Amino acid sequence: MQALTNKAQAVNRKPMTFLERLYLINIIKGMMITFSHMFKKQPTIRYPEEKREFSPVFRGLHVLNRDEEGRERCTACGLCAVACPAEAITMEAAERVEGEEGLYREEKYAAKYEINMLRCIFCGLCEDACPKDAIYLSETFAPANFTRKGFIYGKPDLLIPNPLTEASAFAEAKGVEA
Amino acid sequence: MSEQTLFKVTVDGITIEVPAGTTILQAARQIGGEVAPPAMCYYSKLKGSGGKCRTCLVEVSKGSEKDPRPMPKLVASCRTTVMDGMEVKNITSEKVVDARAGVVEFLLLNHPLDCPICDQAGECHLQDLSFDHGKSKTRFEFQKRTFKKHDLGENIQLHMTRCILCYRCVFTADQLTNKRVHGILDRGDHAEIATHIEKSLDNEFIGNVIDVCPVGALTDKTFRFKNRVWFLKPMDAHRDCPTCSGRVTLWNRGDEVYRVTARKDEWGEIEDTPEGNPGWICNTCRFDKKEATDWVIEGPRAISRASVISQGHYEGNVGTTLPTETFKAVNGGRTPHLLMDIHDESEVNQPNIHLGQINGASHGNTFNNKTENA
Repeated sequence: MQALTNKAQAVNRKPMTFLERLYLINIIKGMMITFSHMFKKQPTIRYPEEKREFSPVFRGLHVLNRDEEGRERCTACGLCAVACPAEAITMEAAERVEGEEGLYREEKYAAKYEINMLRCIFCGLCEDACPKDAIYLSETFAPANFTRKGFIYGKPDLLIPNPLTEASAFAEAKGVEA
Repeated sequence: MSEQTLFKVTVDGITIEVPAGTTILQAARQIGGEVAPPAMCYYSKLKGSGGKCRTCLVEVSKGSEKDPRPMPKLVASCRTTVMDGMEVKNITSEKVVDARAGVVEFLLLNHPLDCPICDQAGECHLQDLSFDHGKSKTRFEFQKRTFKKHDLGENIQLHMTRCILCYRCVFTADQLTNKRVHGILDRGDHAEIATHIEKSLDNEFIGNVIDVCPVGALTDKTFRFKNRVWFLKPMDAHRDCPTCSGRVTLWNRGDEVYRVTARKDEWGEIEDTPEGNPGWICNTCRFDKKEATDWVIEGPRAISRASVISQGHYEGNVGTTLPTETFKAVNGGRTPHLLMDIHDESEVNQPNIHLGQINGASHGNTFNNKTENA
C-alpha cells in the first residue's frame, strides 16, 4: 500500500535483548518520573476548605437587587424574560398599593419573579437587559439538589437582604467586589 | 378613466400618480416602506387630525411642474397636498433627518422614561420614533412636568405625563361620540388632557381613544400591568356585536383573554372593515368580553417581524392548537410519573388565577393565596 504521508514508520520487530527483557531499566525510569513529581507544585485545590477565586466576569446565581432605601428595584418590565434565550425567567406584575411605597421602588412591581435554574444557562443577558439595575449575576453558583423542584427559584431565594434591616447579610450577599 | 386629475409626485426618487388633493403623507404611504414619513398626531381615520407633532416634516425640493422652486422650509407632509410634478425628499434629505431628530428630542423633553412600567411599551409609536429617528442622548437637565392625577372612569387610565398632546383622542371623542367630555385644558406647558370637573368617560365608543393614543397616556385599565404585550398572543377574532363591527384582536395568554383591541394596520391605525368603514370597536367588546367563549377566533394575527411582539410567535398554527402528547403512545399507555408539572412548583401563571377576569390591576394579594398556605 502506498503511504499517503511520510510520517508512517515501520514497526520494529527485532527480538528484545536480555536487558530489555528484564524491563528493570524502564521500570526505574518510570519510577524516576513519578518521584520527580513529588517536588513539583500541586495543582489540586482542596475544595471545601480551599476555594478558588472566580474570574471577575464570572456569572453565577442571580440576585434581585434593592436600592439604598431597601426597596425592590424590579418593576416587572419583562425585558430580562424577553432577553432570556433559555426562557427561564417568568414573572407576574402587580400594582403597588398605598402603604407599600417603602417596599417597592416603582408603581409596578414583580409580585412573583421566578427563574427556572434548570433552564438557565447563566449567559447574563438578563443583567444586560435590565433597565433598573435590578438583576445581577453573583459570584456563587446554584447549589445541588436532589429534586428538580428545588431549582425553581422564586423571589425569596433571589432577593438580596434588605440593606437597612439586615446590613451584614446584605454586605455578605453583595460580595467582595461591590 | 375617471375625470379625477392625477398628479405625478416623486418621493425619494419613487414616482407615483395620486389624485389631486392627496397629501404628501398619503402619497408616500401608498408607496409604502421607509419612504412614508412617521406620524404621531395624524390619523387618517380622524378628520382634522395632523399638523401638530411635526414628525412628518419633509423637504419639497421641487414645488410643481409649473413652479419648480423648492419650498423654503420643511413642510408637514400630513397637511400639505401634492402638486403635479412635485418632488419630495424624505429620508434622502439630511435636513429632514436632522429636523426629525430635533422633533423627537422635543417630544421626549417632558416624556417620562417609564417604559418599563408603561403598558404601551412594545407597541408605542414614540418608542419606534425615537428608535428610528432620535438620538440616544438628552440635553434636558430640568424637572419634567408633572400633573395632578385625573380619573377618567373605571376603564380608561390617564397618564398625563406621557401625553404628547396629539389631540387624537379629542378628535375621536368628537367624531365617534355624540358628546365629548374630555379635552385639553390650559395652555403651553400646563396643557393637559382632562375632563372639566371630574367626569368619567363612559360613551360606548370612547374606548377607542386607547387605540388611537400613540403613547401610553391613555391605556386600558382592565389590562393594567397584567402582562407585557410581547408575551401575549395576538389573535384575530370577531363576535356578532350589535353596536360595532366586532372585529378585534385578542391578546391572549394561553386561552385567557387579557386584552381586546381593534385591529391595527401597518401604520398603527385601525383597520377598515370589509365594508370600508373604520373598524372602531365598542366598550362592551373591549372591556367586558374577556372570555374566550365570547369570541370566534380566526387565527393568529400577523405581526411585523421588526416588532418585539413577534418574538416567540411562530408561523402557521402554533399557539392556536395544542400539540399532541406523544408520551403515552410511545410508552405503552403509561403516563410519566417522574416528570415535574411546572404548576406544582411555579407561582407564576397559576391555573387558578384568571388575570383576564380581574377588573383593574392586580395587587400583591392576588397572587398570594397559594404561597401563604404552603
